[in-house]
Amino acid sequence: MDKTDSLLRFITCGSVDDGKSTLIGRLLYDSKTILSDTLNQIEKTSHKRGLSAVDLSLLTDGLQAEREQGITIDVAYRYFSTPARKYIIADSPGHEQYTRNMVTAASTAQAAIILIDARKGILTQTKRHTYLSKLLGINQFIVAVNKMDLVSYDQETFNSIVKEYEALFHAISVNENNQFTINFIPMSALNGDMVVVRLDNMNWYQGDTLLEILENADSQSTNSNLAFRYPVQYVCRPRDSENKELHDFRSFMGRIESGRIKVGDKIKSLPSNQESTIKAIYIGDQVINEAISPQSVSILLNDEIDISRGDMLTELTNTPSITKDFNATICWLSEEPLNQGRVYKIMHTSKIAKAKISSIFDKIDVNTLSSIEADKIETNDIANIRIALAQPIMSDNYFDNRKTGSFIIVDDSTNHTVAAGMINNIY
Amino acid sequence: MQNELSHLDWLEAEAIHIMREVAGQCSNPILLFSGGKDSLCLLRIAEKAFRPGKFPFPLMHIDTGHNYQEVIDFRDRKVIELNERLIVRSVEDSMARGTVKLNYELEPRNKYQSITLLEAIDEFEFDCCIGGARRDEEKARAKERIMSFRDSFGQWDPKNQRPELWDLYNAMTHKGENIRAFPISNWTEMDVWQYIEREQLELPSIYFAHKRDIIRRDGAIVPVTEVTPPKDGEIVENIMVRFRTVGDITCTAPVESHADDVQKIIIETAETRISERGATRLDDQMSEASMEQRKKEGYF
Repeated sequence: MDKTDSLLRFITCGSVDDGKSTLIGRLLYDSKTILSDTLNQIEKTSHKRGLSAVDLSLLTDGLQAEREQGITIDVAYRYFSTPARKYIIADSPGHEQYTRNMVTAASTAQAAIILIDARKGILTQTKRHTYLSKLLGINQFIVAVNKMDLVSYDQETFNSIVKEYEALFHAISVNENNQFTINFIPMSALNGDMVVVRLDNMNWYQGDTLLEILENADSQSTNSNLAFRYPVQYVCRPRDSENKELHDFRSFMGRIESGRIKVGDKIKSLPSNQESTIKAIYIGDQVINEAISPQSVSILLNDEIDISRGDMLTELTNTPSITKDFNATICWLSEEPLNQGRVYKIMHTSKIAKAKISSIFDKIDVNTLSSIEADKIETNDIANIRIALAQPIMSDNYFDNRKTGSFIIVDDSTNHTVAAGMINNIY
Repeated sequence: MQNELSHLDWLEAEAIHIMREVAGQCSNPILLFSGGKDSLCLLRIAEKAFRPGKFPFPLMHIDTGHNYQEVIDFRDRKVIELNERLIVRSVEDSMARGTVKLNYELEPRNKYQSITLLEAIDEFEFDCCIGGARRDEEKARAKERIMSFRDSFGQWDPKNQRPELWDLYNAMTHKGENIRAFPISNWTEMDVWQYIEREQLELPSIYFAHKRDIIRRDGAIVPVTEVTPPKDGEIVENIMVRFRTVGDITCTAPVESHADDVQKIIIETAETRISERGATRLDDQMSEASMEQRKKEGYF
């Protein structure tokens, strides 16, 4: 496949101690994304704080509130480009108490870079980062064994970490149907070795550099191979227009969350189950014959059927479940614990429905990955629950489709987003 | 048919999706339009999102009164061409009402736009303002949400933002609260220029290299205008410059450039070693956290 000019989103997992900021700084610097005034500002700040060297981590902690506390409290998004690709890095802090940030960052990522300090080997956080990345449906892993310069570029150290990580990875039984790729790279982010360029220190390593792996990773649009899912966001009826031709015009606007569609294809509208065929596809005023995920388009049908926001167009046979009752793994994001007696709202594709948590099965200890009994759910908890809805949603399992298997829970008194969920069993 | 979208197609698809979420979830949104390049991208996105229908929101310009006339002319022409509705609310009206008090006569008015914007939000009861801010612009923006929640005082609380996962955007508000929606959050300055080139978007002429009277002050190029006159002893030069951003005259500086078309600007952007705001926004350099501070006070 032609890889020129695409877009890849990835996360970096690790703490500042693992050299994560240095790695990101390196990627941005070597791709000329850090500009000199930004660098000057970081130099000034480093001096002001009495640091002898330029602290590249200052690049990735943005807020005054964070600088005052010397920690990163939120996901930051960074950008760089090569001639082949644009990259979006979601950078989330590595601490255990920030499980929710890691989950947020991983939700939109196609690949995860797991950083391991060569001196320390595999830590509890390595397990946690791998588990959460797998849970959120990431299937491309890049394990960067960093600080190789501090272990004399020793191949044996690297090999034993690789072996140990492989065992760890396969012991985490989440989303097992996924086709995973794992790449291991020995690296010194500080010296820029194996990030973008290959120096002479590790000639025993024949694999790709980090950037080469990123350039060849599967990008955003792999969803185009899945079944057609088109949640309707907005219905366009320009009736009041002076243009008479538009009097009967009615198009259904949305984003192809998965699959592809072309003019003439048979479709079904859910939940009404009415069928029709595609009459035309537009992007703005441009007519196209065919469209793929994740394009945002406008669809005209050959039959007049009643469709509104929250409905979904799908293909005829491979359809999602129409459900009001399912199991899900959730991550609780709010400072306020779950109140099982309350009615919440969920947002799923373009649909909003009232929801109750009907059962709590268990919680997962993100460090040991063991199941623990739970009757309450608090910030940063990962829990398995059952949800009952007042209105049906059109859903797939998250393993099969990240877009139609995901939802958020909203507290309707504050309107805050209190949890993120992944559907894994539909009744 | 290809299996992968180009990065511009991907960014465009995301931005259209975000705009339609605003239209679907909010009852009274507005699109902030200044005549600048980022908001011109927003207008093209809105056309792709809603044509052949009308935009489900009017456009609004918060006018500081310190403008380049060609930008205002361009703004008005664009609105007529699109056949959409423009609301203008001006900082000078807030000054007349006494809600904006300048510290000195020619003080930059960018930060006072927040007050006028909040007054307009109250006046029209807008529940969402769509803006052209990008995360690559500034450190405080890198952690900004695509749908950013503001309380009834218009305040941004960085510690209390709604988590944003997948492409599920929560734009729910109570009366008086407000969402700022940023459809081109994930675009860089380079993406904007590439999109302008691809879509052949017309821009105000001051974005392209032209001869202009300037003075050099504290390392920045300051254009000579009625509101930014030369001080005693300063030497006025006439050189080729272009603007990388357009805003209040008193705090928007041009850069030296011979790039007189979009393609040349793209080449210059690729080669430049200074960030867009670093080069051209005199108001962001004052304190390390000045953007964060302004956002907390209601700035978009």
